[in-house]
Amino acid sequence: MVVKTLPEFPVKKGEPAYKIWIFEPGWKGEIPLNFNLRQVAEQKRSALLPGHRLCAGCAAPIVVKLASFAFRGPTIVVNATGCLEVATTVFPYTSWAVPWIHNAFENAASTAAGVESAIKALKKTGRLPYEHVDVVVFAGDGGTFDIGFQALSGMAERGHDVLYILYDNEAYMNTGIQRSGGTPKYAATTTSPAGEVIPGKPESKKPIADIMVAHRIPYVATATPAHWMDFMKKVRKGLEVNGPGFIHSLSSCDRGWRHDNAISIEVLRRAVDTCYFPLWEWTPETGYMLTDRSLVIARNPSLKQPIERFVEVQGRFRHLMKPENKEKLKELQEYVDKVWEDLLKRASNAPK
Amino acid sequence: MQEILNVNGDEAVAYAVKQSLVDVVSAYPITPQTIIVEKFSEFVADGLVHTEFVPVESEHSAMSACVGAAAAGARTFTATSSQGLALMVEIVYIASALRLPIVMAVANRALSAPINIHNDHSDAYLMRDAGWVQLFTENVQETYDTTIQAFKIAEDERVLLPVAVNLDGFFLSHTLENIRVLPDDAVTEFLGGYRKVAKLRVDYYDEQVPHMLNPARPLTFGSLDLYDYYFEHKVQQIEAMKNVPAVVREVNEKWFALTGRKYGDGVIDAYGVEDAEIVIVAMGSGAGTVRSVVKKYREKGEKLGLLRIRMFRPFPYEEVKGLLKDAKAVAVMDKGIGPGSFGALYQDVVSSLYDLGSHPLTVDYVYGLGGRDLTPELVAKMIEQVKEDVKTGQVKEKIRYLGVRG
Ligand SMILES: Cc1ncc(C[n+]2csc(CCOP(=O)(O)OP(=O)(O)O)c2C)c(N)n1
Ligand code: SF4
Repeated sequence: MVVKTLPEFPVKKGEPAYKIWIFEPGWKGEIPLNFNLRQVAEQKRSALLPGHRLCAGCAAPIVVKLASFAFRGPTIVVNATGCLEVATTVFPYTSWAVPWIHNAFENAASTAAGVESAIKALKKTGRLPYEHVDVVVFAGDGGTFDIGFQALSGMAERGHDVLYILYDNEAYMNTGIQRSGGTPKYAATTTSPAGEVIPGKPESKKPIADIMVAHRIPYVATATPAHWMDFMKKVRKGLEVNGPGFIHSLSSCDRGWRHDNAISIEVLRRAVDTCYFPLWEWTPETGYMLTDRSLVIARNPSLKQPIERFVEVQGRFRHLMKPENKEKLKELQEYVDKVWEDLLKRASNAPK
Repeated sequence: MQEILNVNGDEAVAYAVKQSLVDVVSAYPITPQTIIVEKFSEFVADGLVHTEFVPVESEHSAMSACVGAAAAGARTFTATSSQGLALMVEIVYIASALRLPIVMAVANRALSAPINIHNDHSDAYLMRDAGWVQLFTENVQETYDTTIQAFKIAEDERVLLPVAVNLDGFFLSHTLENIRVLPDDAVTEFLGGYRKVAKLRVDYYDEQVPHMLNPARPLTFGSLDLYDYYFEHKVQQIEAMKNVPAVVREVNEKWFALTGRKYGDGVIDAYGVEDAEIVIVAMGSGAGTVRSVVKKYREKGEKLGLLRIRMFRPFPYEEVKGLLKDAKAVAVMDKGIGPGSFGALYQDVVSSLYDLGSHPLTVDYVYGLGGRDLTPELVAKMIEQVKEDVKTGQVKEKIRYLGVRG
């Protein structure tokens, strides 16, 4: 393989590349709260370089950049097939400044398990030139909720020290916006179109993060790139636990959600403000804990916004805004409320 | 200095893997491969190896983990059979295209349906276009020898391709044999210690960098290749296959120097072929039965030969052509069939002969499907039929079944 054109950074000749991924020197632990995003960006280099071919407004590269700001040292990235993978590695170019492997669609978790096992074996025999190497997976909703679920569940059960980051754009975007197990109820996709009789996807979203909690792995969290500090802290926590970590990040897709590409982050903020996508983390020690904006809403319920606020800006829900579908919207609201109430009951830091 | 072990083929593979300083083994159980992984798990449990054993939840994940491990620089092994191979086949293709030197033992077994756990070669035929080196063994001793050789072949800088070691299910996997094994340090020396990751030149770094997931020199594995590069990369993969026969022969010779054992030239194992009028082409354990019958015929002064294909992929077209060109008839024995076509071995043998001016008669004998026994009587029956063909100068049915009820 010959890689011809890459920008000057990150690797200068002779300089070990991993150095730039850490807050140096010896930076470890919490990202200080008084940091702003700009300071982070100035001190850290992203694992994803400029020049990728994801759509303008896509949240997936923001997910990757924020995650890589929280990387703590040498890191190997495994990517499942999907938008992120195809748009960042069109040969002979690559947008990845870290060692990166794409194997197939459904096996990012088992590929990562192999990478992690290799690292262990190399370390055991004194052949690993590092103290530790982190293994991070990025995979879409299709590759996680559906076809890749078996591999993910197996990896979690066996306890591999891998951080699995799901960027959930709620459909198979790379193949043209087909429904997945992550598509929410009543969303229109190309395989669950809103027609005369069926108003979009009839089934609800699979509760993937709760399913991962049921695996009793050391760390599970939900996040969005709109809540960036929360996101980075969670990535760092997921890396620091010994064993599998799982982060479910909502990731807006202006193509598939059919919203203006300037408001991707705003849409994600509305997902949290309406409690459509609550922010929480779970560890075996603490149980469910609300974080960031969701904790604020729990303490001050009047801040919770109606689901219309999330739905109204997206073309995939356009049919729900019609008068004849008023009941459907109500139903969606009831579903969101129920999930939120359930979470409030479980979250140990929710006001009782 | 070689110790004698009484083991079956599966245990022989496990023992060879134990001696080969393998870093990662990932596998999923399926009969008749199971014993390999069971036996190897015991070595892991007893702390006899440094290997990370990844007991995955499916064969698809087994091959996926092997790809991840091999890309991260580990010497990597897996084993499977039949349905397991069918489930992993998507990643079997990816392993070779990413040029990862994984070794896999395939305890050959029939494919479903109907479900059948016994031996034939339909699983190996399923992966014949996957870009793997495919070696077939005749007995347990050869299975042990070939497993160790496979790592050396796969990791050779001229090759860098995965290698499948095929052993016939039950006939070899479950049959006890006394075999000679090398001491551990002799195997270590033969393989040159732990896996050494090959280096390649990357313009961006302006130097040779290890072909692995290396934080100091990041590389991108498995990128998107559209019509502007895919073809060139495939051609590179095909070209790498061309280097395989020489390496297999070299390894066969080195092994001979070390152990006193060799298998033909490593690629093909010919018996009595030079002056033969009728040559039987076969692979795997069935070749042993054929050899014993052919021997009897030769003792009677009849000019018969056996051509055992040890390396099925890359197929040794030129050698086969050279050895068969003067025969009057060639009977190819296929332990697998493509319905609506011929057996894979037959197709390759016929392709080898096509550009000869005059061809021997050829016939495809399909035998042993689903574990059906190949008896010396059946082999003799086949030989008599082919002698008849030679007399009449033509083969009426191109495909014949051996040992099937009418
Ligand atoms: C086994 C297999 N089936 C189908 C495909 C086709 N395919 C490629 S990407 C993709 C969808 C990916 O969707 P998702 O995981 O949600 O990621 P996104 O593209 O939305 O980022 C599909 C179906 C494939 N590559 N492999
Ligand atoms: S289709 Fe959607 S997920 Fe894919 S790159 Fe475009 S915005 Fe991102």
